[in-house]
Amino acid sequence: MDHLLLRHRDIPDIARLDVYQQNGGIEGWKKAVTTMKPQDVTDLVKASGLRGRGGAGFPTGVKWSFIPNTIWPHYVVANADESEPGTFKDREIMEFNPLQFLEGVAIACYAVGANAGYVYLRGEFWPVAAILDEKIAEMEQAGFLGEKLFGTEYSLRIHTHLGAGAYICGEETALLESIEGKRGQPRIRPPFPAIYGLYGKPTVVNNVETLTNLPLIVEKGAAWYKSLGTADSAGVKIFSLSGHVKKPGNYELPFGTTYRELIYHYGGGVTEDRPVKAIMSAGASSAMIVADAKALDTPMDYASVRTLGADLGSASVIIINDSVDVDWVINKTIHFFKHESCGKCTPCRDGTYWMQHLIERIERGEDVEANTRLLRTVAKQIQNKCLCPLGEFSTMAVTTAIERFPADFTPSTIGGTHG
Amino acid sequence: MLAEKYPDEIKKIMAKYPPEQKRSAVMPLLYLAQRQDGYVTKGAMEDIAAMLDITSTDVAEIVGFYTLYHDKPAGKYRMQVCTDLPCALSGADQFMEKLCANLGIQVGETTADGLITLEAVTCLAGCDRAPMFQIQSNDGLEYHENMTVDKTMELVAAFKEANQGVK
Repeated sequence: MDHLLLRHRDIPDIARLDVYQQNGGIEGWKKAVTTMKPQDVTDLVKASGLRGRGGAGFPTGVKWSFIPNTIWPHYVVANADESEPGTFKDREIMEFNPLQFLEGVAIACYAVGANAGYVYLRGEFWPVAAILDEKIAEMEQAGFLGEKLFGTEYSLRIHTHLGAGAYICGEETALLESIEGKRGQPRIRPPFPAIYGLYGKPTVVNNVETLTNLPLIVEKGAAWYKSLGTADSAGVKIFSLSGHVKKPGNYELPFGTTYRELIYHYGGGVTEDRPVKAIMSAGASSAMIVADAKALDTPMDYASVRTLGADLGSASVIIINDSVDVDWVINKTIHFFKHESCGKCTPCRDGTYWMQHLIERIERGEDVEANTRLLRTVAKQIQNKCLCPLGEFSTMAVTTAIERFPADFTPSTIGGTHG
Repeated sequence: MLAEKYPDEIKKIMAKYPPEQKRSAVMPLLYLAQRQDGYVTKGAMEDIAAMLDITSTDVAEIVGFYTLYHDKPAGKYRMQVCTDLPCALSGADQFMEKLCANLGIQVGETTADGLITLEAVTCLAGCDRAPMFQIQSNDGLEYHENMTVDKTMELVAAFKEANQGVK
């Protein structure tokens, strides 16, 4: 099947407006504005079964329907902060298929009655922002963005906003704080962004990949979209595959593809043809899955991955072969979260600090069993106590590594090989 | 003064946000300030604060929170190597060790000629093309992916040549 999101792989020049239009581009946008009411667009997206691709998997149309028509103006913010270790899909979409993404932003804006949309990109995507700025200007020039679009009264501007290096800004309320010119620290919820978002106004925050689906859903219909994927997970998903595989990269596949197919068919097999030891299904914030036959044959959709005690999340799949001890893996993830904790909630700020000290003690071989027990205890104390999921994320690999790979936390295995 | 140096850029930045929300411009203005010296000077923070009707402490707080803003000078090129999990599984730690040996500096240090500052950073969304790093300079950011030590040292040599005689 041709790609739906990574369309540049089939049509290399799809980033050019003329080529994009020759291939059906802008049709969905025009159709929405000229033939549909905003509510119709929301209903269509609800019916399509599209769920948020940033990690949480919340139904997109339902999210939009929370926007009240009693408070104005409304905003749409595209979350292009993509900072989860192991995730690099949004970058490829924006670099090579930017118009489909921007058309998606426009459709979301129309659906919720927003006249301004912001694309929040992580600061490292500086060159990507330059591409988007250029494409936005081209769309304005062609009359696809700006005032009184397609002869209607509807006007829309889209702007890019660059972050400056902070994983936490992928969390939607921290992201909104950041656009407002403040430190990126999460807000207390409720109120949720749908009521009190950017500048205190109703705001929809959607992930880049989520938005990129919209032009096709509007053009081809909800039934068509639902026919792709599995019962609880409609459509296609981009799986970012990294770690110990021969062909790492992005793979756009229907939901329900198994880990085995992803690793061995698409990924070309495991580095050095070793056995897979562990799978992280959702980047560094993922639980560690023991890669037994059952796990490898599990279909990658929201419900099935949950049966493995993990989440599909943003579908950033990190493969770890048997050359690695998982204590080394969690040393890496703990350092990441310690660095990225925004410092607002004590359990996360101090918890990640102590987890780092404990894993370093363990790595030095100091009283391995006692410190492993203590590390697990500290991780458990972070869980369920923070304003945003970062605290939770910092513990997922830690607790599951200790529980599911106990052999790697014995004095004789510490300090083993890795990488 | 920032306002005198970059009037067009500032106008474009301010136009992105509602007029009553000009504080939103603090991040793009900081990038503009950094363009000149590679870091944000105290004077630039005061300029930005005055433009946005906030205090220079508000601005300093932003500089301190986000890792791509710097309040101290460093090498002309900040070589920011990702050593996070996916890159490390592809040899990023060993790559970093060899880079240190080749450059004759440790992570966090700057080469004697003042050109390269070597930094270890968290995930840059280039996990499938490790080892990789970005170069942050006054001109912005640039990714270098699927790197080897040899390719990196060629890049360093090119930087040296481009800066011959420049202080």
